[in-house]
Amino acid sequence: MKTNEEIKAAIEAAVPGAGVEIINNPSPSAQHSLLLQRETAFAVAQFLRDDAELAFDYLSNVTGVDWLDKEIVEKVKVKKTVTKTVDGVEQQVEETVDETRKHVEPGYLETVYHLYSMAKKHGPLILRLRTANRTDQVELPSFTPIWRSAEFQEREIFDLYGIVYTGHPDLRRILMWEGFKDHPMRKDYVEPDDFEYEPTAHDAVLKRAQEHQAKAASAQNGGAA
Amino acid sequence: MITPILARQEGWNRQPEIVPDGEGELLEVAMGPHHPSTHGVFRMDVTLDGERIIKLKPVFGYLHRNHEQLGETMSYLAIMPYTDRLDYFSSLSNNWGYALAVEKLAGIQVPERAEYLRVILAELTRIQNHASSVGFLIQDMGASGTPLMYAFKEREKILDLFESLTGSRMMCNYMRFGGCRVDTTAEWLNQARKVVAGIPAFADEFEALLTTNEILMARTQGTGILKPELAVNAGITGPLLRASGVNYDIRKVDKYGIYDRFDFKVPLGEHGDVYDRFMLRLLELRQSVRILEQAFKDIPEGPIMDPKSKIRGFRPKPGEAYGRIEAPKGELGYYVISDGTGNPYRYRVRPPSFVNLTILEDMCLGQNVADVVLILGSIDIVLGEVDR
Repeated sequence: MKTNEEIKAAIEAAVPGAGVEIINNPSPSAQHSLLLQRETAFAVAQFLRDDAELAFDYLSNVTGVDWLDKEIVEKVKVKKTVTKTVDGVEQQVEETVDETRKHVEPGYLETVYHLYSMAKKHGPLILRLRTANRTDQVELPSFTPIWRSAEFQEREIFDLYGIVYTGHPDLRRILMWEGFKDHPMRKDYVEPDDFEYEPTAHDAVLKRAQEHQAKAASAQNGGAA
Repeated sequence: MITPILARQEGWNRQPEIVPDGEGELLEVAMGPHHPSTHGVFRMDVTLDGERIIKLKPVFGYLHRNHEQLGETMSYLAIMPYTDRLDYFSSLSNNWGYALAVEKLAGIQVPERAEYLRVILAELTRIQNHASSVGFLIQDMGASGTPLMYAFKEREKILDLFESLTGSRMMCNYMRFGGCRVDTTAEWLNQARKVVAGIPAFADEFEALLTTNEILMARTQGTGILKPELAVNAGITGPLLRASGVNYDIRKVDKYGIYDRFDFKVPLGEHGDVYDRFMLRLLELRQSVRILEQAFKDIPEGPIMDPKSKIRGFRPKPGEAYGRIEAPKGELGYYVISDGTGNPYRYRVRPPSFVNLTILEDMCLGQNVADVVLILGSIDIVLGEVDR
């Protein structure tokens, strides 16, 4: 199989302005991946499937990953001019001061695709696609028209992560029930504590008992006074 | 072998819709979720024109417990017993897939004896899975009891082996990162040899009983045909793919573990119908026997755990890995992302049954409603894995 660099070059030759970026994987598995742009991803995927040499005809695994906003704290050395009194005379002195800077890297939702070739028996090629943010711009192009195996798996990601795949023929919830509101695989998902709450006769009886006890207690106090 | 580039017009990877003939009304039937042929809690919303199927939508998620999120909240090792519950027919294959992914992530080597043990247990799992899945398929067809019990008789012997080795018949929880949990004894291996030696006789008997049965042939031949182009495009794997004539077995392609040392063939189907899938499972079962005989002959003495792999405080370096194996039902993949802490940042299971269900509708369109049960049975799904 071609290396990731060669595949990147082939993609950029075939799809102008594809803007592929190689994401390194530092672990011993050494499965590096290609980050695609949202606008050109569909054309790139079509090229990867139809190119005679690459021939990635089998999309094995589609999965979502949630990356939260990351607050990065850096210590930076800054040069500053400070007014100081040296030997009784005010002077302008340059000084290096440590400063802590904070900035927030915005989070995003990511889809990871594992491609193999059944014709050439090679793989995996790992593709990544990232949404603009985690809240309102969560659209990604659907690969279902290219590889049918994405159909249920993209529905699952839509269900559990809330990524909206444009161009999917039948984007509905698949594992959770219709009418469920949230996306349970997100990292900031909070499980409601009244998931299966149903009012039962038990609660009504309990309430009546409490009222009765309060009344009985006050009557007893009143009697004593 | 199919060519990668086909004439691809719009919607080629989907069966064309069937137009009702216009006589009478369409009938909508919910098959399941409680139906003996669905092998669990699974529903098919079927639209019928007479007996012909016009539309079929699979509905599942009744067993959904968010297995992947559970995995994110616990340590790497603690996920291992949970993987048993995915495809509860073949827990040892699930163990191996997960161990393989984490071993790739952390760069752990597996000692030779452990590799042999893994192959032996995975192939025993394949035999009992295929035997019972074929038995269930015949049961769904209406041959109540007898063939299934023949298959279960054989499965029972293998489950007894699992129990005496791992302590559990189905929830084995046996593999560890860098090896296996307990070593076998010579007695166990002898017992296993005896069981495996009896399996070809079982397969002969089973085939003599069934493969030329007129009712079976009439019901299954030409039913639920899956074209190889669609099968590849829809990511179908396992016996279902090979019955359509595509030669793709991950044991041969990836050669994970030590599968390059064994001499075995990959049986292929010709027509891609239910009969081919039925036959293919019986043929694969015989190939598993071949692998097992070689493994029993060659298994060396030695350690079963990599001494360098840590059980406690296991924290792989940040990174990710995708490991996949040829489970009895198809490609079982695990995708793990580590952020350097004790539990995975993302833990994903790529279940074969879930992806194989994609083309259920395509195979059923235009068939009789009674054949849906057969086609579903020939996919061989387990809902513990589909719903996760």
